[in-house]
Amino acid sequence: MKPGLSGHPSLVDVAPMARQSALKLWLSRLEGPQTMGRGRGFWTGFALVVLAAAAYPQFADGWTVGNTAYFLVWTFMALGLSVIWGYAGALSFGQTAFFGLAGYAYGVLTINFGAAYGFTLIALVLSVGVAALLALVLGYFMFYGRVTGVFIGIVTLAVTLVFQAFMAQTAGPEWAIGKARLNGFNGMSGMPPLTIPWPGGEIMLYADVALYYVLLGLVVLVYLGLRMLLNAPFGNVLVAIRENPDRAEMLGYEVRRYQLLAFILGGALAGLSGVLYTAWGQYITPSSMSITAAALPVIWVAFGGRKDITATLIGTLIVIAVYQSLTIYGSQYAIVVMGTVLVLTVLFAPEGIVLSAAKRVSRLFGKGRGK
Amino acid sequence: MFATAFSFLYQFGDAFAFLVIASMGLAIIFGMMGVINLAHGEFITCGAYVTATLAQKGLPLPLAILGGAACAGIIGMILEITIIRRLYHRPLDSIVATWGISMIATQGVLIVLGSTMQGVGTPLGSFSVGGYSYSTYRLVLMAIAVLLLLGLYLLFYHTRFGVIARATIQLPRMARATGVDTSRIYTLTFGLGAALAGLAGGLYAPTMTLVPTMGSTFIVESFVTVVIGGGDIFMGAAPAAAILAVIRAGMTAWQGQLFGQIGLLLTVIVVIRLMPGGLSGWLLRGRK
Repeated sequence: MKPGLSGHPSLVDVAPMARQSALKLWLSRLEGPQTMGRGRGFWTGFALVVLAAAAYPQFADGWTVGNTAYFLVWTFMALGLSVIWGYAGALSFGQTAFFGLAGYAYGVLTINFGAAYGFTLIALVLSVGVAALLALVLGYFMFYGRVTGVFIGIVTLAVTLVFQAFMAQTAGPEWAIGKARLNGFNGMSGMPPLTIPWPGGEIMLYADVALYYVLLGLVVLVYLGLRMLLNAPFGNVLVAIRENPDRAEMLGYEVRRYQLLAFILGGALAGLSGVLYTAWGQYITPSSMSITAAALPVIWVAFGGRKDITATLIGTLIVIAVYQSLTIYGSQYAIVVMGTVLVLTVLFAPEGIVLSAAKRVSRLFGKGRGK
Repeated sequence: MFATAFSFLYQFGDAFAFLVIASMGLAIIFGMMGVINLAHGEFITCGAYVTATLAQKGLPLPLAILGGAACAGIIGMILEITIIRRLYHRPLDSIVATWGISMIATQGVLIVLGSTMQGVGTPLGSFSVGGYSYSTYRLVLMAIAVLLLLGLYLLFYHTRFGVIARATIQLPRMARATGVDTSRIYTLTFGLGAALAGLAGGLYAPTMTLVPTMGSTFIVESFVTVVIGGGDIFMGAAPAAAILAVIRAGMTAWQGQLFGQIGLLLTVIVVIRLMPGGLSGWLLRGRK
């Protein structure tokens, strides 16, 4: 069945829903037409995966767990791109601009104000806010200028490349914000990791087991939150706009505002990835905004299946794991493989490999599970 | 006074030539086929590398440059037949696919040929006006940019190929009905775009260091020119290049190279807000 407006009650028939409590309403939106997976089977599987992920650090050493945490860092940017590209139908090539901006913002804030009293968490929120603000400004000019399709990709790509060029030339000592030197091409380092204020001493989240659990919790929260949001009227309208912007507009929706909101959400999620990346390795460089870096999120999302966040999440983790195991043989080979994956996916599985596979599996088991 | 004016004019001409030469290939592929070719930069790299190789083999530079353009054009046609052709009804996917090609090409060149390549020296020497010295080769580039625009205009408006190509773009089905082999036209147009990118690489090869990522030096400028210009080459990309050249020359003279680029970016963001169809959409409004 095609995901779309038909058959879903909440768009036209909100009144009976309103009688339920708000909590029940939002929980019911964990399943819906815009997300794959429903029913007891899916949620049992989901719980098992989360449990396995939670148990995993017991069976691995700290370094490996920290490395796995690195995979999780990127998923937010991928989920954000899935919302913008897959659900709202506007392909952004420049998610790395928000990633880099938020990463640098986190560095500047924490180097200047330190990490005491859980300030790193405030810095995280502020940095994500900065990324969202950039998305607001850029999105306003694009969507309210009625820019469509191809041009959104080109403008966002140009933004991230200019950011990269700008940060790469900040090597001199005059390029400093407060105590934080921007350091040009070598990038910024020395910012503290995330800390959680705790009675009896703060918990420093180095790339280790504790950070892994925090990230795992964040991934689950963001994933479930997005499921609810995308099955809410907001998500339905986004899909309506993707399928046919004119029709959505004729139905009375302010298309531009919805696209802008989706763009801000995606920008903020990319920013979240940027902050977590910076805090994970305590460094950020301009190359995180380069054209190769900008291509990677597109590859993850295209490979997984942009029109579904579950497929995006799974696809992202698979591609990152493969990419990392390939870099052992040299990163330039890994990038060639990534480029090939992208071309082949677009040619032979335009819906995304994970999503196509999931659809095939659910067809095997008949309806009831999956879409 | 004259020296300052000449200096600004030279800067302007240099920026204009760069924008025109760098963006023509992209503009033709986008304007005629609606595909943004993200591998544009790699066709430029290809042209530059082939030019340098041929020049080192002892071929005169102009011939070497033409060889670079031809090589890029042939590769472009092969890619069109094998990959791009399948994606015309999915414009966003065609961009993504060309991006994949671009990654493969950049890293492939890095793996096969290493991180740098011996370049060719800038020919023709220099001359000086009012105490500043200028490169003669860059004056030649300015002339070539103008000739290129003229040549493309003649090609598209005064030859049989041009008429057929424009017919194919406007009404593909009608063109097919009258017996035009439209897929051959698409292949040739894509090849022409790729060859122009190769030409850009060849022309600028003597002025730059040859590295596998050199194509990316061109792409921001050429994207910006095409986005501001819109779909039409002559009513869009060419005037856009002139306007952007003024902005870039001004910003560069005032604050340096990087701010020239930032100025371009801010211009594009403001322009798309005011004229979403680009310059050509605005100039040609009411015609369609």
